[in-house]
Amino acid sequence: MNIPTNLKYTNTDEWVLVDGNTATIGVTDHAQEQLSDVVFVEITVNVGDKLAKKTTIATVESVKAAADVNLPVSGKVIAINEDLPQTPELVNTDPYGKAWMIKVELDNPAELDALMDAAGYEKHTKE
Amino acid sequence: MFTPHTDSEREEMLRVIGVRKLDDLFADVPIKLRFPNLELPPAFTEIEARMQMEELAGANETAHDLACFLGAGAYYHYTPAAVDAIIRRGEFLTAYTPYQPEVSQGTLQAVFEFQSLIANLTGMDVSNASHYDGATATAEAAVMAYHHFRGKRTRFILSPSLNPQYREVVKTYMGGYENINLAGENLDPLCQPDDLASLLDDNTALLIVQYPDFFGRIFDFTALIEKAHQFGALVAVAVNPMSLGVLKTPGAMGADIAVGEGQSLGLPLSFGGPYLGFFATKKEYVRKIAGRLVGETADAEGRRGYVLTLTAREQHIRREKATSNICTNQGLMALATTVYMSLLGKHGLKQLANLCYQKAHYAAEQISKLDGYSVVSQRPFFHEFVVKCPKPVDEINWHLLDHDILGGYDLGQDYPSLAGHMLIAVTEMVSKDEIDALCEALEEVNNG
Amino acid sequence: MAEPTIYEISSQDRIGFRFPACDVPETALPEGLIRDELPMPEVSELDVIRHFTNLSRLNYSIDSGYYPLGSCTMKYNPKINEEVARLPGFAFSHPLQPVETVQGNLAMMYELQLWLAEICGMAGVTLQPAAGAQGEYTGVLIIRAYHHSRGDLKRTKMLIPDSAHGTNPATSAMSGFEVVGITTDATGNVDLDALKAVLDDTVAGLMLTNPNTLGLFDQNVEEVIRLVHEAGGLVYGDGANLNALLGIVRPGDLGFDIMHFNLHKTFSTPHGGGGPGSGPVGVAKHLVDFLPFPLVGIIEEGDEETPPLYGFVRPEKTIGRMKSFHGQFGMMVRAYNYISMHGPDGLRDIAESAVLNANYLLARLRNTYNVPFDRICMHEFVMEGHLDDAPDVHALDIAKRLMDYDFHPPTNYFPLIVHEALMIEPTETENKQTLDRFADVLIKIAEEARTNPDLLHTAPHHTPVGRLDEVRAAKELVLCCWLPDKI
Repeated sequence: MNIPTNLKYTNTDEWVLVDGNTATIGVTDHAQEQLSDVVFVEITVNVGDKLAKKTTIATVESVKAAADVNLPVSGKVIAINEDLPQTPELVNTDPYGKAWMIKVELDNPAELDALMDAAGYEKHTKE
Repeated sequence: MFTPHTDSEREEMLRVIGVRKLDDLFADVPIKLRFPNLELPPAFTEIEARMQMEELAGANETAHDLACFLGAGAYYHYTPAAVDAIIRRGEFLTAYTPYQPEVSQGTLQAVFEFQSLIANLTGMDVSNASHYDGATATAEAAVMAYHHFRGKRTRFILSPSLNPQYREVVKTYMGGYENINLAGENLDPLCQPDDLASLLDDNTALLIVQYPDFFGRIFDFTALIEKAHQFGALVAVAVNPMSLGVLKTPGAMGADIAVGEGQSLGLPLSFGGPYLGFFATKKEYVRKIAGRLVGETADAEGRRGYVLTLTAREQHIRREKATSNICTNQGLMALATTVYMSLLGKHGLKQLANLCYQKAHYAAEQISKLDGYSVVSQRPFFHEFVVKCPKPVDEINWHLLDHDILGGYDLGQDYPSLAGHMLIAVTEMVSKDEIDALCEALEEVNNG
Repeated sequence: MAEPTIYEISSQDRIGFRFPACDVPETALPEGLIRDELPMPEVSELDVIRHFTNLSRLNYSIDSGYYPLGSCTMKYNPKINEEVARLPGFAFSHPLQPVETVQGNLAMMYELQLWLAEICGMAGVTLQPAAGAQGEYTGVLIIRAYHHSRGDLKRTKMLIPDSAHGTNPATSAMSGFEVVGITTDATGNVDLDALKAVLDDTVAGLMLTNPNTLGLFDQNVEEVIRLVHEAGGLVYGDGANLNALLGIVRPGDLGFDIMHFNLHKTFSTPHGGGGPGSGPVGVAKHLVDFLPFPLVGIIEEGDEETPPLYGFVRPEKTIGRMKSFHGQFGMMVRAYNYISMHGPDGLRDIAESAVLNANYLLARLRNTYNVPFDRICMHEFVMEGHLDDAPDVHALDIAKRLMDYDFHPPTNYFPLIVHEALMIEPTETENKQTLDRFADVLIKIAEEARTNPDLLHTAPHHTPVGRLDEVRAAKELVLCCWLPDKI
């Protein structure tokens, strides 16, 4: 299982890449393994939306399961991955790269402190 | 009656289980409540049971014994013998939902063909595997529209010429959502599409119209649908599928959703059920459909096969996040209509729709000549029309029954402004002679 | 060999059915409202019969073999029920006829309401809901209406044990409730501590399946109900498993306020490849006024010479209408006939035989497969489809391998609280020889799992098609065989 050390994680299997005041969000390798073959991704927010922490931003479906993706931090949406709904299999093949879902401008960078680092997340996935 | 064990087999089984007697298997049931004395009639044998059922059935007078002019959402049509021959096959009748595709290809392919036939008949892209009936399919359209707009649009416009029972069911289904505004009830029941257009606004999630409408009238909704789309709203058309043997399709008018009651496609009246709801929509909304969908695929050897697909939308996976709780649908009724549509085919469906249209127009023409009666429905109408009567409708209907005629529906029950108005339906099952007899009897009531 | 689709056997201008010629003068069809083309098949009657007969032969069914599908009660469906439902007096009656002309239908429905109420110890029954899920929906809307009618608007939570069917949470959400899960304890009962921890005046009710989806009768059921009532909530009984309780105990006597019936499970109306179902709902006295309309009632009392006049009545505080007309009438006819042919003793025999069969199979299999909540079960039980010494073999593989031995697999991967679950419901209509054969095969498959796991991974081998590519189906979404503008 791949858990990059440069990312932050939630206990609901989202990852966050922080670059200055911008956060990019997607789902982890562990999440895609649990889901198996992803056949559908729907991003349910729009650029410009101001969102609270834990808002559902996307839905991911495989043939056997469905999962909501929740925003780990509050912020304003500045970009969404328009290509992902056409190529949902990217969630399986490149969860930390081409399968990014949205980018937000952080409201409160301190919220990042509540997230797990790679070691913490790895421990979490084994529980 | 249908339990097979002999006493010695039962003894042997209890021994293997390791208990002494049957009662020991129920030790977890509170003893003071165990084995209640049920006050039910003692068991009948098959012979006695059949006699009892024949007696009950015989106490009814039915569309079969009478000349039937009653419709209002359920229609007396002929069911070809082939339909029942297929649906009585145990392989279809006694199978469960096709969750194990390797041993359910018969059901799955039949549903796939049902979806195809419904999509083609309605002019839509995709159809699901069925709903309980036309009313609940209509309600599911409202639920789908609500979720499509993520609850941000809360106005639902229901044409007053939508079947009143469908309206009631939509109302029940939308009862669980906050701040829903159901509009349209206050319009004149016989209003025109333009009157509905005036109710559209930016908060409208869905407009529901019926075609032919509850009064039998047919309108081209193309302009109305275009207007609704300008407001960003969706439009559902509740359609009598039998009429689509000749009529322009909801798809051709631009509808987003076509729903309806499939009973008119070869299902017996059966006092209101089991019937068949169908639900068809545009491709872009396929993931928003409630209920089951069958899709084509292949096995490892490349053999074509069918499976239930997009199941991750459904209640057994998404649980409280599912938008509908439907699981069991009307599988066998969908099969019956699939056989029916296949058998009638292009030629038969067209012939049937034309027959109903012609007979209804003949009947309307004859009734309009009678003193005291006037046909209120302007043309065009399909196979049902509204007649203003000189006396209360139930009084007229009692008189018609004496002449072995099942009269039309009393519209005053649902629309106070239409008291004294009768909705008359005409299908292929009544002859010209029976229509003439209806006219004679109607004349007699007026003179009597 | 694949059966072609109905469109693939179509031939232009072939006729399958003719109607009589039009016997009235014809008038023009309305201009501008006529469809361009009618893309329907053109086949003969024999084409149709052979096509659907061939399709039917690709199906597994109760009539052809053993179908121990847990939670679905795949019992034998008596043929007489099909006959009586087609009697012309039933089949050709229009739902909107004057009630005086359909007294046979209404008398039957009235009596069925009473019988179901008697069987379950409830005060009133509606026959209207179309299926179990709609029955649940009816029940939950009644719970909501009950609290609202008392001005109690703060009850927003529905408690649902983790062993519940997926319909329970979906139904609650549709009705505007927040779903709160309750765990199961080590013996397979509702965890009383977990229940107590969430009970307060925001709880509208609890949806309980008893026997639960592990096939176990909750040993604390009376206590569970008492606690919920004490907190002001109502208790809903999911009737999916009623087959185990007929003549054994009445849910109403246990304290349930409301429950649904599955006529297509307990009362043997055929499942039809996915419906129609029928989901009547019974309620205790305090909820009778909330039932959906219409109900069948007596609208004019009879006397010694004349029978009463049956008609439709509208309960005072009704939640409204759930579907068109009066419910799945044809299913009611079958269920009525089925109850008539059993009587009180026959109903009890159903439950006793169903429970006997389940315990017998459990006894024969518990040494081969792990049974996590192992005690006397009711009409079904759940075991693990996973063997310690065959780590790569899963419940799905065992399920698929059963097909090669001409058995329908049990329900698998449900309930979720059992790892690799195989849920087996034998039903009362199966004889000992069938049960023995099934047990022998499952024991043999366990051996195969150890010695030749690939045989299971690639199963089934003897079915019309092998395992199908579900990912492809979901991605390509081919949902129709032929659309004119798509060719």
